[in-house]
Amino acid sequence: MAPARDMDDPLAAVVATGTPPVIAPGHTFGTVTDKISSIVLTRKTPLGWWIGFLIAFAITNMLLVALTYLFFKGTGIWGVNQPVGWGFAIVNFVWWIGIGHAGTLISAILLLLKQTWRTSINRFAEAMTLFAVACAAIFPIVHTGRPWLAAYWLFPYPNTMNLWPQFRSPLIWDVFAVSTYATVSLLFWFVGLIPDLATLRDRSQSPTGRVIYGMLAMGWRGSAHHWYRYETAYLLLAGLATPLVVSVHTVVSFDFAIGIVPGWHTTIFPPYFVAGAIYSGFAMVLTLAIPIRAVYGLEDFITMRHLQNMAKVMLVTGLIVAYGYLTEAFIAWYSADRYEMFVPYNRATGPYWWTYGMLILCNVLIPQALWLKRVRTNTILLFIIAIIINIGMWLERFVIVVTSLHRDFLPSAWGNYAPTRWDWATFVGTIGLFLSLLFLFLRFLPMISIFEMRTILPEAKVDEDLRVI
Amino acid sequence: MALRPGLYGIMAEFDDATALVAAAQRAHQEGYRTMDAYSPFPIEELHEALGSHHTRLPLIVLIGGLVGCIGGYLLQYWSSAIAYPLNVGGKPFHSWPAFVPVTFECTILAAALSAVLGMLALNGLPQPYHPVFNVPRFALASRNRFFLCIEAKDPKFDLEGTRRFLETLGPREVTTVAD
Repeated sequence: MAPARDMDDPLAAVVATGTPPVIAPGHTFGTVTDKISSIVLTRKTPLGWWIGFLIAFAITNMLLVALTYLFFKGTGIWGVNQPVGWGFAIVNFVWWIGIGHAGTLISAILLLLKQTWRTSINRFAEAMTLFAVACAAIFPIVHTGRPWLAAYWLFPYPNTMNLWPQFRSPLIWDVFAVSTYATVSLLFWFVGLIPDLATLRDRSQSPTGRVIYGMLAMGWRGSAHHWYRYETAYLLLAGLATPLVVSVHTVVSFDFAIGIVPGWHTTIFPPYFVAGAIYSGFAMVLTLAIPIRAVYGLEDFITMRHLQNMAKVMLVTGLIVAYGYLTEAFIAWYSADRYEMFVPYNRATGPYWWTYGMLILCNVLIPQALWLKRVRTNTILLFIIAIIINIGMWLERFVIVVTSLHRDFLPSAWGNYAPTRWDWATFVGTIGLFLSLLFLFLRFLPMISIFEMRTILPEAKVDEDLRVI
Repeated sequence: MALRPGLYGIMAEFDDATALVAAAQRAHQEGYRTMDAYSPFPIEELHEALGSHHTRLPLIVLIGGLVGCIGGYLLQYWSSAIAYPLNVGGKPFHSWPAFVPVTFECTILAAALSAVLGMLALNGLPQPYHPVFNVPRFALASRNRFFLCIEAKDPKFDLEGTRRFLETLGPREVTTVAD
């Protein structure tokens, strides 16, 4: 590489300012391709992969046992009862669907904002979105108790009973929002994969690999005409996914906000839910990215720049979430409504005070450490903070669902909620399912977008002077 | 120039993106029209260099979005006000504000499906067989090499002349592509 070209190169300019680059220097099209594809194409599956996958798969089986027993006995095996009819199932649903939001944010919104650092993390963040949405979708389906009947409650199709879903209900909006989100995320992810599947098809040593990747690549050959339409489609998908991702958690918050239960009936919910979703999603991306880059030696591609940027996104969204907590308390006081005023008081001093206290600790106080550059550049501390935020965001949903329901208007209708072992088995089981799917993804598909990594190399730029010979 | 049976075109292989764009421009200046360039990543300038036009894809997506929007709204109107009118809290059967979220989601869903299916259809994918794959080195088009293929269908195509022309562009290698 000539020194003169370095001056024009944005990556080199970044290095000069002391900010870590988005890709380590010295890589070429060939090395980027070989390094990422070799993780998939290597014949020998690492022992660590087998151990991790088998543990995750065992936990997935616990989920299957828990769900089988649920279908056999009914939702009575869970801790839900009057007045807390929405227990773990809805807490977990909102938690998982929130986690998914970071993937779409990284792949769509950061693409539209031309943030090149997204390139090395978007593929597995999108995969994380898909798997999180899959885990989320389990809960609203199974919490109906009789999911085989749920089809005609939820989907508009001509049935023999001439019944149609109730479109004035936010729960139906939720069905449309989540199923659209799952479909569009899958499309986005698959479209992004097509050129890389072609790379795997061309580089695979095994005949089976060539056939399977070949079928999935659908005959992609990198034609200039194809690339042009491909880029147009990808950009349009990003433009469509951006309002979609904002709408999904907004609609999820409507599930609560449209009800009249004190603690739910508030207009701050949509923006505060969306910020919380992005917050928890970035925490999950960091939770996954930090071990993955260490185990697979991907520090060249997922650099400190990525981790620091994600830490900054967490800091900002965390502050928005903290503002949401403040507004909730302020509006409760300002409303002068005794039932609304009771909610924050009960959250802080009632039977579940410790969940509220832990929530403030995990989501508001501890993440303030991210203001310090020393913390943002320390992968171990970042990993610990990310885990803490994951826990905090789960507690937030627990506080919203349980503390609002267990003390409503009439003291005679008050009650308490405690999860049973089946609640825990189902929740932990979905974590197993999530990790199993993630392990399979890491083994069989390129976890970093190879073709997009090629575009951020300096040599990908077409030299203006040389163009006209 | 008579078409040779069994011949798809002549392909030149280049080392970098700049050389490919320059070659595509030269070929277009030379009067070649039926040709295609292949690269391991999208190159903005390449499409223009080949002298291609805009794609109709955005229009397809717009139509898809409108169909989803109108269809989603009509579905709710018809099922809530005509097929199964149900009084919920005294709200009107045609309670349009409540129909906004689902209409929005249907718009996005139909537009996104049109974007992906439209892109695949316009690109002619899935396509199980294509002659360019007959060139063994073409496997590198998905790694780090750049290819320009002038097809035998082009009116200006001449087996010797086109080969000689491609040789002048400084390629790594020039090969004939069997059909």
